[in-house]
Amino acid sequence: MPAPESARSRLLETEGLPIMGVLLALVIVFMIAAPDVFLGYRIYMSFLATVPPLLVLAAALTLVIAAGEIDLSFPSVIALSGWVLAYFTHVLGSPWLGLLLALASGALVGWLNGILVARIGVPSIIATLATQFLWGGLTTVFSQGLSYALGEVDQYFLWHLLVGRVGAFPVQALWAFAVAASLYLVLNRHRFGEHLLFIGDNARVAEVVGVNVQRERTRAFVLMGVMAAFASVLLTFENRSFFNTQGGGYLLEVMAAVFIGGTSVFGGKASLVGTVAGSFIIGMVEAGLVATGLQGFWVRAVVGVVFLAAVIGHILIEEPERRSVFVRALRDRYDFVRKSSPGGGSTERRGAR
Amino acid sequence: MTEAAPNESAAVSFRHVVRLEKVEMTFGKVQALSNVDFAVGRNEIVGLLGDNGAGKSTLIKIVSGVLRPTAGEIWVRDRLLNLDRYSVRKAHDLRIETVHQGQSLGEKQPLWRNLFVGRQITGRFGFIDVKKEKEIADQLLRRAIGFRGHGINSDSTVRDLSGGERQGIAIARAMYFEADLIVLDEPTTALAVSEVRKVLAFVEGVKAGGRACIYIEHNLAHVYEVADRLVILDRGTVVGQFAKGEITLADLTARMIALHEGRKHAGT
Ligand SMILES: Nc1ncnc2c1ncn2[C@@H]1O[C@H](COP(=O)(O)OP(=O)(O)O)[C@@H](O)[C@H]1O
Ligand SMILES: [Mg+2]
Repeated sequence: MPAPESARSRLLETEGLPIMGVLLALVIVFMIAAPDVFLGYRIYMSFLATVPPLLVLAAALTLVIAAGEIDLSFPSVIALSGWVLAYFTHVLGSPWLGLLLALASGALVGWLNGILVARIGVPSIIATLATQFLWGGLTTVFSQGLSYALGEVDQYFLWHLLVGRVGAFPVQALWAFAVAASLYLVLNRHRFGEHLLFIGDNARVAEVVGVNVQRERTRAFVLMGVMAAFASVLLTFENRSFFNTQGGGYLLEVMAAVFIGGTSVFGGKASLVGTVAGSFIIGMVEAGLVATGLQGFWVRAVVGVVFLAAVIGHILIEEPERRSVFVRALRDRYDFVRKSSPGGGSTERRGAR
Repeated sequence: MTEAAPNESAAVSFRHVVRLEKVEMTFGKVQALSNVDFAVGRNEIVGLLGDNGAGKSTLIKIVSGVLRPTAGEIWVRDRLLNLDRYSVRKAHDLRIETVHQGQSLGEKQPLWRNLFVGRQITGRFGFIDVKKEKEIADQLLRRAIGFRGHGINSDSTVRDLSGGERQGIAIARAMYFEADLIVLDEPTTALAVSEVRKVLAFVEGVKAGGRACIYIEHNLAHVYEVADRLVILDRGTVVGQFAKGEITLADLTARMIALHEGRKHAGT
């Protein structure tokens, strides 16, 4: 293999580098398109206030997807745990107890998902779709369909600790980065993360090398539940209100953030750096599109397209087999490349199998 | 977490590295093993033979802690195991290493992870000592497997390797952890002839090193060459056992063909 090519591929393999480039390019585009807004610092402070719940959700979901599973129930945790936080903070007069119970409710939802998926064997897409409806419905019952205003919540120290401001800087951004950094370490440096990667890669292999597949899968869902609850706390505190529909918009955004970031839809390979970049890309695209006067449904349509394009792009980059099938299909269709294209070196080795 | 100290084996004398007694295994309605008695002596190479679906893989998965038998007893170094607490990790602790049939590596994962997954070198709180794992992996790749010059290192992913190289990694992993019993489940499937020789040499090395091996292989000549004893499994039961001196390769082959034909006529 010639040296320049391997150097290039090493650069491409540096985690999250391409996607960070995309994020940077996006910032520059916005700076040129709307210099008044994007050359000031306020817009960035606004992102740092609004993106954290999305980032926390996406970071946790990255681990679930790394394990080859999916969780569609987190929007209901955003609602349920938000209600638990608001209700018990009010009833018990302690936001700390409210926080604790909120996190516990997230853990409970995650644990139930884990039991359904890991022990009973329900495919996670079905199990969590069902629990999404279950907990979403129950939240409406608990809250009697009402929204709560939490006007005085800033009297509490906890509020300042979680979503306060240092100067103009929103504290929740620090929490979100801390969560992302911790989960990065867990995924890439901890036994648990390695187990998730092997389970997502091939659960049968994971089992024979001594991974307790059931237990680790369950843990991944519990982690997701707790993190969704934490995201809900950040959101509910930041908004100073609880709506029983408050999780609704996150499903598409969070999925998009994870997959734009380069995490494999097939499991076994995940990038938290990518997820962080993906979260901000989604946050900025949405804010940018809204600023241009597009209506919400158009914004969603655009995010959907970006999401799909990113997934296809990553499949072509990371699944050499699929890429070569794709390239062959193109070649057959447009018969203009007679000789094999360069850069197929890594795929050719596989032929030796 | 290691309950059985690795050195225990050397100190205590025992007759069988592993012994299965009246083992049954059912998957729903499928009776994969029934009333199986099977033992591997100290420093013995046992060739396990049988048609596809005979129950060979099921048997060795029970030995290696992947599957829990529905009934029966397992003895390791003449000590009865508590099957409720037996697992792959426990088998590793008892110095039983297995190269499973087909895929036994995570394709998208780097080699260093594949070598240590399930028994990572960890510091506090379960964080992996990545540097150390990579160091050992690189040494292993250079020395034991001789991958020098292939551009393969501990960061390479399994999908960059050929079938032979993959099997080499799986065997190197079993070798590295220095087991007393090495279980090989059809390790030569899809290997080139020269690579098959390497596997046979490895089995002979196990024998020379005073250790034991269960060797599952379809090529009768190959098993016959390296095994001390042959055990034939058919539809979940042991139907024949021979020390190598008791049977010629030709007789063995005739017997296996007869079994195969009989099975066809049974119309399964
Ligand atoms: N996990 C499983 N679930 C259901 N049936 C199984 C499972 N594993 C093996 N079997 C069945 O048990 C029998 C023995 O299989 P196996 O041990 O793989 O045979 P061999 O390795 O000798 O080819 C076969 O009928 C197979 O279909
Ligand atoms: Mg088999």
